[in-house]
Amino acid sequence: MNMTRFLVSLGKRTLLCYARHVGVSQRRCIKTHSRNLAYAKDLFLGQVNKTEVFPYPEIRNEELEEIKQFVAPVEKFFSEEVDSAKIDQEAKISPETLNGLKELGLFGIMIPEEYGGLGLTHTMYARLNEIIALDGSIAVTLAAHQAIGLKGILIAGNEAQKKKYLPKLASGEHIAAFCLTEAGSGSDAASIQTRATLSEDGKHYLLNGSKIWISNGGMADIMTVFARTEVEVDGVKKDKISAFIVERAFGGVTSGKPEDKLGIRGSYTCELSFDNVPVPVENVIGEVGGGFKIAMSILNSGRFSMGSSCAGMIKKLIELTSEYAATRKQFNKSLSEFGLIQEKFALMAINAYVMESMAYLTAGMMDRPGVPDCSLEAAMVKVFSSEGGWICCSEALQVLGGLGYTKNYPFERYVRDCRILPIFEGTNEILRIYVALTGMQYAGKVLSGKIKEMKKGNISMILGTMSKKLKTSLGASVDLGLTGKDWVVHRSLTESAKKFELNVNIFGSTVESLLYRYGKSIVDEQLILKKVADVVINLYAMTAVLSRASRSISIGLRNHDQEVLLTNTFCNEAFFKNNYLIVQLQKHSPENNDANIKKIAKAVLESREYICSHPLERTF
Amino acid sequence: MSGRVLVGVKRVIDYAVKIRVKPDHTGVVTDGVKHSMNPFCEIAVEEAVKLKEKKLIQEVVAVSCGPQQSQETIRTALAMGADRGIHVEVSGKDYDSLGPLQVSKILAALAKKEEAQLVILGKQAIDDDCNQTGQMTAALLDWPQGTFASEVSLEAGKVKVVREIDGGLETIKINTPAVLTADLRLNTPRYATLPNIMKAKKKKIANMKPADLGVDLTSRLEVLRVDEPPQRQAGMKVETVEDLVGKLKEAGKV
Repeated sequence: MNMTRFLVSLGKRTLLCYARHVGVSQRRCIKTHSRNLAYAKDLFLGQVNKTEVFPYPEIRNEELEEIKQFVAPVEKFFSEEVDSAKIDQEAKISPETLNGLKELGLFGIMIPEEYGGLGLTHTMYARLNEIIALDGSIAVTLAAHQAIGLKGILIAGNEAQKKKYLPKLASGEHIAAFCLTEAGSGSDAASIQTRATLSEDGKHYLLNGSKIWISNGGMADIMTVFARTEVEVDGVKKDKISAFIVERAFGGVTSGKPEDKLGIRGSYTCELSFDNVPVPVENVIGEVGGGFKIAMSILNSGRFSMGSSCAGMIKKLIELTSEYAATRKQFNKSLSEFGLIQEKFALMAINAYVMESMAYLTAGMMDRPGVPDCSLEAAMVKVFSSEGGWICCSEALQVLGGLGYTKNYPFERYVRDCRILPIFEGTNEILRIYVALTGMQYAGKVLSGKIKEMKKGNISMILGTMSKKLKTSLGASVDLGLTGKDWVVHRSLTESAKKFELNVNIFGSTVESLLYRYGKSIVDEQLILKKVADVVINLYAMTAVLSRASRSISIGLRNHDQEVLLTNTFCNEAFFKNNYLIVQLQKHSPENNDANIKKIAKAVLESREYICSHPLERTF
Repeated sequence: MSGRVLVGVKRVIDYAVKIRVKPDHTGVVTDGVKHSMNPFCEIAVEEAVKLKEKKLIQEVVAVSCGPQQSQETIRTALAMGADRGIHVEVSGKDYDSLGPLQVSKILAALAKKEEAQLVILGKQAIDDDCNQTGQMTAALLDWPQGTFASEVSLEAGKVKVVREIDGGLETIKINTPAVLTADLRLNTPRYATLPNIMKAKKKKIANMKPADLGVDLTSRLEVLRVDEPPQRQAGMKVETVEDLVGKLKEAGKV
């Protein structure tokens, strides 16, 4: 059974590689360690890890009071002192506004108090981001500074580095930037060419190379730079990536002029060049050669907040747009009386609800002691929120029609600012592959373990697996324990919970059959991986809303009946979408267009143009 | 002059919120509505903190009368620079009928207890627009008052106050201890920055009840009914002055 060989080999390797065939069979890797992954991984086995996500995470009353206290001045500042139109038009954030943000303390939200920061949790960070996201340029500037720019020092720096750099970064006296991307290395981050060579005396590295698309590039004083370094592994000299803290003051650092961007125009994005920049060896973050892992950790840890940012933005859009829809009249009725307009508001409300639920569920999991690895969940939040945000901005603009298309209203700016979301912090394409492969690799490991047992003759294992397969093939109802005696989902949501359980169950079998059918080559089947990712993203979203709504009903939050409505509507939609995706993943599925899609793409890409004859052509 | 300043802060419905009258016409909807510190109280706190920064006074004490949530308002004052807070707990029916007379009795008692040199209040609250508390407090204490202050300067044993009055600006010099009420142009209140909010967590808020100060809360007022302002009616255009006079006579206005 070659499935055994494949699964065992999958289990042995801790890295699953996504190959980039550039003529040479050099394999670059998307790291997919299944470390202590939190919740989503079990969905790939058709299981729901209830205790991770039920009940919905709660914060103590004192913390809630504190967050409310924090929110008030930030909201006030953004409504009174931030002129987003001006920032967009001038393509810069004024020094006064930047100063105001620094004084408010927004440059060091997650830096511990002992280093001068606010020391807030992921949950509080997500809450503040709901407000900060009202201006895209400011949001990106702050995120580039603290979610990625200085994060390396926070999570992997030693005490000396933290003491030296964090205080001025927390106050905003110094601004940070994250320097990984190069002209030739975007998604393929491991292929970067910037190099750091150790000096003769071994006291410092000389940094040479250039980076592009660096947010805060023009004003950053402290940069986290990733470069290749030569290390010795078992006597063999190899090139591995290391992370460095580079000060502009070291000399040799030049920044280009700001890029003229479609959106987030107030954020300073530019090229950075390093010309023999001397970096002391004390400034290596973590271990020499351990830079790639640090880069991925940094990026993984920042993503979850996009959920709350987008939710905050959509909530604002709902306010602005509904004002218009209620007053504008056509055909003697206000716009809000028309079905097609109402649909748009429902879309925005559902999206905001799901994004909030996912973001705070993920943040809540990340805030638990023991620091569980929520990189899968964070990636899913990012994909859902970036695409949902883009669609909602567009629909909000649509409600205003021609007016929405002009610069007199903020909608076109929101649309332009939103467009970057599916691109940066890991393109949604890469993140989908990452989510699908990580989950399937985990499932593969577990399944191969089971198969080993069966081969050894473990009777109970064999009988258990067989009876499970028999049950589901005979159409027995699926019960994963979400409702019923030990319920975690409130009974008002029973129908949605059942749909969710059904989805999870079939998804598990589908993953199993995909692993069996494709084996190792699944890594190249992007169209399949995309569908797998879309299903599991929907499943995580359903989990989040079921968990949140159950809590809201149980404690009697205001307007919880609206939450029930939103949850049931979303779960219904997601259930049928998932079914369609899963159907396409079955063997020889007639609903699956992938083979044809590939043929079309091949023809077009080979000739680099549209190849059909013009409809007006004749042959005689 | 070293000494203590008492600042009164009131928790009111946020100025940006659209007010709605309760269906039973007994008041306005406050449940789930955004509340914040009365803007004129913010100006009062700012002035007190400025005096402390200029080292003209030693301690700023923020006081609020109300239910549990009033503590949030005191915390904001602490985050702006007040040194400690006093929360006088008033809730339920007592809170619904709490008005300037009762509050000024409480403030007067506290001013005596805390041996305050100055009591600074906002000139009025944006929910009831009474513009009475400062004046009543001064009267109960038999202290001089500097109301509608747009400029305050402390001199030895006295306060010079520039007051905004209908005719323009009036400058007076009064003895301390005194009661001042802040008008719009007195200063621009600072933002409570997040680091300051965190520092404020360590500052103390003392709890007490009106009975502890010997204050009787019974109200002499009874609210009969609360209504929305009448909808604005359409106007009328007239051609001549005679028409105008005629129409005014018809409506009984002349």
